[in-house]
Amino acid sequence: MKTVRALARGALVVNAIVGAGSAFAQSGDVNVYTYRESKLIQPLFDAFSRDTGIKVNVISASSGLEQRIKAEGANSPADVLLTVDIGRIEDAVRAGITQPIKSDVLDKIVAPQYRDPEGHWYGISMRARVVYASKDRVNETALNYEDLSDPKWKGKICIRSGQYIYNNALFAAFIAHHGEAKTEEWLSGLKANLAQKPSGGDREVARDIAAGKCDIGVANTYYWALMLNNEPDRKAWAQATKVILPSFQNGGTHVNLSAVVLARYAPNKGNAMKLVEWLVGEEAQHMYADLNYEYPVRPGVAVNSIIAGYGKLNADTIPLSKIADHKKAAANLVDKVGFDN
Amino acid sequence: MPILRAGPSMDRWPARFHLRWQAPAFGAMAVTAGLAAIAPLASLIVLALGETGDLWTHLARYVIPAALARTALLLAGVAVVTIVIGSSAAWLVTTFAFPGRDALSWLLPLPLAIPTYIVAYVYVDILDALGPVQSALRAVFGWHSAADYWFPNVRSLAGAILLFGFVLYPYVYLAARAMFQTQGPLFTEPARMLGARPWELVRRITLPLARPAISVGVSLALLETLNDIGASEYLGVHTLTLSIFTTWLNRGSLAGAAQMACLMLLIVIALIALERRGRRRRGFAVSATDLRRLSPITLTGPARWIALIGCFVPVVLGFLLPAGYLLYEVMVRGLLVGFDVSLARYALTTVALASIATAVTLALGFSAVAALRYEKHPVIATSVNVAGVGYAVPGTVLALGLLSPLVLVDEGINALAQAFGAKGVGLVLAGSSAALIIAYVIRFLAIAIGFAQAGFSRISIDLDDVARLLGAGPGTLARTIHLPLAQPAIFGAALLIFVDCLKELPATLLLRPLNVETLATYIYQFATRGSFEQGSLAALIIVAVGILPIIRITRYADIATRLTLDARS
Repeated sequence: MKTVRALARGALVVNAIVGAGSAFAQSGDVNVYTYRESKLIQPLFDAFSRDTGIKVNVISASSGLEQRIKAEGANSPADVLLTVDIGRIEDAVRAGITQPIKSDVLDKIVAPQYRDPEGHWYGISMRARVVYASKDRVNETALNYEDLSDPKWKGKICIRSGQYIYNNALFAAFIAHHGEAKTEEWLSGLKANLAQKPSGGDREVARDIAAGKCDIGVANTYYWALMLNNEPDRKAWAQATKVILPSFQNGGTHVNLSAVVLARYAPNKGNAMKLVEWLVGEEAQHMYADLNYEYPVRPGVAVNSIIAGYGKLNADTIPLSKIADHKKAAANLVDKVGFDN
Repeated sequence: MPILRAGPSMDRWPARFHLRWQAPAFGAMAVTAGLAAIAPLASLIVLALGETGDLWTHLARYVIPAALARTALLLAGVAVVTIVIGSSAAWLVTTFAFPGRDALSWLLPLPLAIPTYIVAYVYVDILDALGPVQSALRAVFGWHSAADYWFPNVRSLAGAILLFGFVLYPYVYLAARAMFQTQGPLFTEPARMLGARPWELVRRITLPLARPAISVGVSLALLETLNDIGASEYLGVHTLTLSIFTTWLNRGSLAGAAQMACLMLLIVIALIALERRGRRRRGFAVSATDLRRLSPITLTGPARWIALIGCFVPVVLGFLLPAGYLLYEVMVRGLLVGFDVSLARYALTTVALASIATAVTLALGFSAVAALRYEKHPVIATSVNVAGVGYAVPGTVLALGLLSPLVLVDEGINALAQAFGAKGVGLVLAGSSAALIIAYVIRFLAIAIGFAQAGFSRISIDLDDVARLLGAGPGTLARTIHLPLAQPAIFGAALLIFVDCLKELPATLLLRPLNVETLATYIYQFATRGSFEQGSLAALIIVAVGILPIIRITRYADIATRLTLDARS
């Protein structure tokens, strides 16, 4: 009995270790490291495999993939990194784990402000950082980001941690528009308007508005659609709120990106290029729009009707790579005004 | 005559040792454990040597003071809650006989089986303004909105303390229980005869004797709290650990983050050293001749119901309620009907990884501590001390630190293969599940070592002396005396490590090979999208997989203790 058990355990070891054999890529594969949750992008990969016969192997994580690819060095199995948020996209480039994607297809489809001038990254979908507002208690139908520090909202605003990447990017965009001194003032004003200490996630903004804890809050565009359409027990939260696309006084609505990067030592570069180009194709872009409720980066692909209901997106024109330059300053200001305290 | 030793029991090894092969073998295990734990730290220190500019002026002024104060409050609160719940529950179930005691002794560790951040989500759902509790209150009192009344906010420091406390008390419970079980009637019986009230027994005998165990348990619970990201972030408690991540991800300073992690590690090491110093001059060993089983006192009257309720409340709050909520979600979402077949595969992977890692961790940890008992060589002592640090850094940081050493070994293997004319074999460790197992072992060695030390501290050196005089070497000694007597500690450690491996998330996320999914990462992909309920079934599978060993081990440990102790009395 003991030997049987020992053998079984031995077999498990071998299985667990060799089971990873897929790490050594076959020629018909492409290896994707991703910050996008695998459930979210799996339908895209399935469709890609169906179209091209190329198998997609995935590792998804929440942080540190750049460091992993860097440490793996020339032996890294990574072909493609799917990442989100302009700060992290630039981090990947800075870590030296990318190579330029030379593709006329991508250059034609992706607008210049949503890609790296040297081709190290290309945006594939967008989300905007917007305001959720109570349907009953808020009459405004348009707002500027600058208004959020207006004392008339005192005790009425909900938001998650000021260090959350999408808040960080929004605050960095504010610096890009108004400079650090103005931004500090604005952040202090916003902090003073908060109904409660920053906590929870973006959905909690809608939850807390629905509960009457606050009247307006800051969140990403897709959550509202997900709650309304895909999450029956949160439908009421969405129904109690409306979405306002705010603008900067001297600009448009702040958007952030999900983007694709080609790994420096990509062992399956040919397949990787096929995947990258496929991701901005019609089919994939429709999936981004309708399954994930994101803004497609490809012109001519319609946004989902729920998202369209927010109104026309007038995206800010400051290039995202410029905004990324202010991320550190934004993080420091959040500490300085004690935003999360 | 039974005696309690006045001095530290492990300070001497009486006769010269027969130097057989076993002694160096144990020593080698200790050194291996130490080296494994040092590897990620070394690369963390290398990272920390990077340039960070004016980062620390900023941190010292705006970040550290507040984060440190908040973290200290959180830890202090969690310490109080886990000590009170964990040790009193352990004391009740080991000292008294009352209705439901047997079931409670295995129900009590169950909160371990649910990932903390999931419990946080569940409690926010239940207790938040739109949850069932407040909705019912509104209906009863006719309030319209959350603005009309006051209700404690779960998303707060106090909420976090209670939450962590009720989820993490099993660390203290399991450690303390293992000790109470082997605590002979030596002192309690005379004291009882002299008319000491139970409370006096606890205060003057039971608790002081269980101190090593309780401090091991509580330090594990506190390190778990310290390393948490998911729950604290969700509850809006911005701890030092969260600041490390902000520095890394928003300030783009990995070097700064590594420096902060090193600083935090130093603080942790200092605190642990301080606690050890506090009990340095005390001995905890029980005598060789008095290991009789303490017969439980049968409670009568209201006392038995109080004991029952006292033990049942933490089970309800830490386990039954969140697990019940998950079960409810599985039902209403039809997750069982639309069963995701791949879940079975993920469960198998998870169990395989956890089993291997647990076996290796136990072997390394207990051998390392045994080596120290046989020979107090400074190299061995240092190795044992160092080996526990993997638990003191956040999982993601540990994983980041482990990347370079793993790849270094892989490159060595490749160079070797090529020298022999073979083709490169790629990333043998870093690209396979071996990376996960190594990470788990390093991370959870602290549990094995802590339990081993607490367990061995209760075994009198007299037993070793006698066996040695009869010619037993370290192998025989381990097999016939240490392992049987340390069994409750070994079982407790095995259980904690196994369940911790089952739900380990941060290192698994970052180090897993392509296409490998564990139950924890499966749940996480839903949780990051904000719909953790979709992962309820996977969370319940972790619970189910965890429950079996919990029941078996707590029962088996009971029987084993009884057999061993009865045989000796």
